[in-house]
Amino acid sequence: MQIGIPLESRQGERLVAATPATVRQLTALGYDVVVEAGAGERANLPNKAYVEAGARIGERADVWACDVVTSVNAPSPAELDLLTPGSTLISQLAPAARPELVDALAERRVTALALDAVPRISRAQALDVLSAQSNVAGYRAVIEAADEFGGMFTGQVTAAGTTPPATVFVIGAGVAGLAAIGTASSLGAKVRAFDVRPEAAEQIESLGATAVRAEGASQEVSADGYASALTGDQEAATRRTYAAESAGADVVITTALVRGTAPTTITAEMVAAMRPGSVIVDLAAAGGGNCELTVPGERVVSDGGVIVLGYTDLPGRMPQHTSQLFGTNVVNLVTLLTPARDGSLVIDLDDVVVRGMTLTRDGEVLWPPPPVQVSAAPAPTAPPPEPAPSSTDPAAEAAARRSRSRRNGVLTVLAALLAGLAVAVSPPDAVGHFTVFALAVVVGYYVISAVTHALHTPLMAQTNAISGIILVGALLQIGVDDWLVTSLAVVAATLASINVFGGFLVANRMIRMFRKGSPSGAPVTSEVAR
Amino acid sequence: MTVLSVVQATYVVSGVLFIGSLAGLSKQESARRGNVLGMLGMALALVATVALALEQSERPWPVTAGLILLVLVVGATVGTWRVRKIEMTQMPELIALLHSFVGLAAVLVGFGSYLTEQHAGTVHLVEVFLGILIGAVTFTGSIVANLKLAARIRSAPLNLPGRNAINLGLVVASAGLLAWFLAAASAGSDAVALTALVLAAVVALALGWHLVASIGGGDMPVVVSMLNSYSGWAAAAAGFMLGNDLLIITGALVGSSGAILSYIMCRAMNRSFVSVILGGFGTEPGTVAAGVSGEHRETFAADVAEQLTSARSVIIVPGYGMAVAKAQHPVADLTEKLRARGVDVRFGVHPVAGRLPGHMNVLLAEAKVPYDVVLGMDEINGDFGSTDVVLVIGANDTVNPAAQEDPGSPIAGMPVLEVWRARDVVVFKRSMATGYAGVQNPLFFRENTAMVFGDAKEQVERIIQSL
Repeated sequence: MQIGIPLESRQGERLVAATPATVRQLTALGYDVVVEAGAGERANLPNKAYVEAGARIGERADVWACDVVTSVNAPSPAELDLLTPGSTLISQLAPAARPELVDALAERRVTALALDAVPRISRAQALDVLSAQSNVAGYRAVIEAADEFGGMFTGQVTAAGTTPPATVFVIGAGVAGLAAIGTASSLGAKVRAFDVRPEAAEQIESLGATAVRAEGASQEVSADGYASALTGDQEAATRRTYAAESAGADVVITTALVRGTAPTTITAEMVAAMRPGSVIVDLAAAGGGNCELTVPGERVVSDGGVIVLGYTDLPGRMPQHTSQLFGTNVVNLVTLLTPARDGSLVIDLDDVVVRGMTLTRDGEVLWPPPPVQVSAAPAPTAPPPEPAPSSTDPAAEAAARRSRSRRNGVLTVLAALLAGLAVAVSPPDAVGHFTVFALAVVVGYYVISAVTHALHTPLMAQTNAISGIILVGALLQIGVDDWLVTSLAVVAATLASINVFGGFLVANRMIRMFRKGSPSGAPVTSEVAR
Repeated sequence: MTVLSVVQATYVVSGVLFIGSLAGLSKQESARRGNVLGMLGMALALVATVALALEQSERPWPVTAGLILLVLVVGATVGTWRVRKIEMTQMPELIALLHSFVGLAAVLVGFGSYLTEQHAGTVHLVEVFLGILIGAVTFTGSIVANLKLAARIRSAPLNLPGRNAINLGLVVASAGLLAWFLAAASAGSDAVALTALVLAAVVALALGWHLVASIGGGDMPVVVSMLNSYSGWAAAAAGFMLGNDLLIITGALVGSSGAILSYIMCRAMNRSFVSVILGGFGTEPGTVAAGVSGEHRETFAADVAEQLTSARSVIIVPGYGMAVAKAQHPVADLTEKLRARGVDVRFGVHPVAGRLPGHMNVLLAEAKVPYDVVLGMDEINGDFGSTDVVLVIGANDTVNPAAQEDPGSPIAGMPVLEVWRARDVVVFKRSMATGYAGVQNPLFFRENTAMVFGDAKEQVERIIQSL
């Protein structure tokens, strides 16, 4: 099958859905890759590099007519018309925000996979473009803010006086928020961050920031790893927190996204209360913005001199790395969809990951998918992402295990009692022997447990040899003045001595064979014993 | 200071040396030292014992000395001769044979002890009885294991009807004989007591034979370790009846060693010790899943050679089949050639591969494969996903994905080497027959698996020629 990589038609887009490195991986999966001329130019990836990686350079129509088309942005109406019925589109389609696009794709009988609708389960992380791009966006948001901010992020103590570190307030500790927190911290700023999900506080603190808590604003631990909308009371409490924190901050980075739409976090009033020269970076600008003053895609300066950045192309401002990450997400998805590695795409709707991403198939709309239960939360409410298949009821199994361990316990106690009884009725010198025996068993347990598996055969030969120690008993009987006993003892001693000599020699022979590899390939120890 | 006290002191030193000897075996680097310590301990114990035996001799000492010398010379000659010519693939049989010697020696020493010390206390009588019992079970059990491993008798389980009842009956019979023996001995009727003792030995011999005859060849690693353990307990019992602490210490060390090895083997098969001892695979009705089938893909030496030379990382998973085909030398040769070409070749060894704990490691070491590229299951299981080619040589159940994926499979839950995660898997096999557990292996029908049929040794040699 052919995979088409178009030149992104969106104004100002610098990203491309495949890089020469990912083209190589796609080719290895058995696909023929067609790249539109100039697709990678703006990410500094010339056509030549794609050709070297095994791709063919094609015209726009060629590319969109491929069996599989993968792009960074959803296709424009003109591009939609270029898609052939029965083909597969892999792109960021924002199905929640654009139901009309989903219908249009279904109408054209295009199978659509939304890279931005990957279920949040561990297995799917490798294909989650939102995570990958949010990470880049969070990083870039801090860089943009630092560029606009009229001061240094890190505090300075110089002969000319001291400057305090910048205070950065981050709203939302998702992937982007955490990336922003990490970047701002590493630039030396004092970072404070807030998230409505209580489980995020730990992550915030792990990056060296202070987690801001709002009384009465915490949500329950989320079931699917995404934040949900707030109730009235919670809303009021968070607003108070935002107002207090933003007024004291030099930079506010707001990343609040609830199911693809952006709630308002920073009101015009709060902006007015901020110091002139402060910077707000609104990472939710594409969804309408968290700040009331945000104009998507624009830099705005408020009446009070606060700079509000509503750039929607932050990941695109680092096209090389973002394209590489995006392309790798695509490769991971295609790998999942190509179980046979033979260049033919298989959509397996029984796979939760694939099911979650599939918007349309054969003219049928499959969005929204049934919910997948997951959480990034550390503890109690989190069910396992993919319950392991098990034929038996776990509760019954646990009960069986308990009863088994109880039975073992009872048996152990009984055995100990019996042994104790036996020792108690024995003559004193036998008790001494029991002590030696018990201690030797314990020593044996610890010594043998340390033996590496590779040496278990020599170990057995060696224990064979030393259990030939029964020779000692037999030798002592040889001198007894009874020819029957002497004969028995001679036979026993002969057998035991075969064991002693044979066991040690064979153990020695085996042990000598074990040698370590040395860089030159020459043996470290030579085999002498043969 | 008497001879006895010097001897006792020497025994303490020997005991410590034995512990040091086993501790030395924990790593390859210190294993040789461990071996030498063991020999040293044994030599000290023997010198001391010979001195004591001569001192206590009830006959003129030259007679005793002559007999001892004869015994040691015969033992040394036979032992050395037997071991020099043994092949590493025959190691399991040899080990089993050596166990039987210890068992028989324990039986003989037990009778000797009873005959020398008549009219002794009850505790001593019990010790003698137990020593003979354990020794006899070890003796016949090991003989059967040896014959099965040497393929002189069929290795399939014997499966007598009501075999658990037979085992139980034999145990009950020995308990009855113990009571009879004690009663007769305390009543002073020596002939009756001796008869009881001989009968007990016969019962125990039968028990040992039946126990091991009922266990199939693939469970032999557990059986051999179990017999290893028994031979230790037999020595310890002999120590109790002779009042000899060195025998007790050594016996206890060996006994716990064998017990731990059995435990490790059982865990690696996800089965309980009792289920291994009391029954082979496929004996419980309705557990054999015959449902898996499909198309397998055959490949040939030249293609495999090409695959290997273009791979960056290769893992070889050996099993008992490699030992049977004696393919370890060509495999080592292949390893060396591939490594010389810069291919990262490693080995993944399942704990129950082969017929003896650590059997594969010894075979590979014999073929001069460096031990640091031979890894255990836990060490290598995470690496299959990033491996280009896996060669499965003579392994079957230990690489069966059904253990993880099919809860109804008889081997469900058994830890296995996850070879199917690799890019390509090549399985060397004589035919499409099932493995020891009688379970079909879905691995053979996977799309990334190819089969090479025929003798593993010949096939590997052919690959080397095509390189």
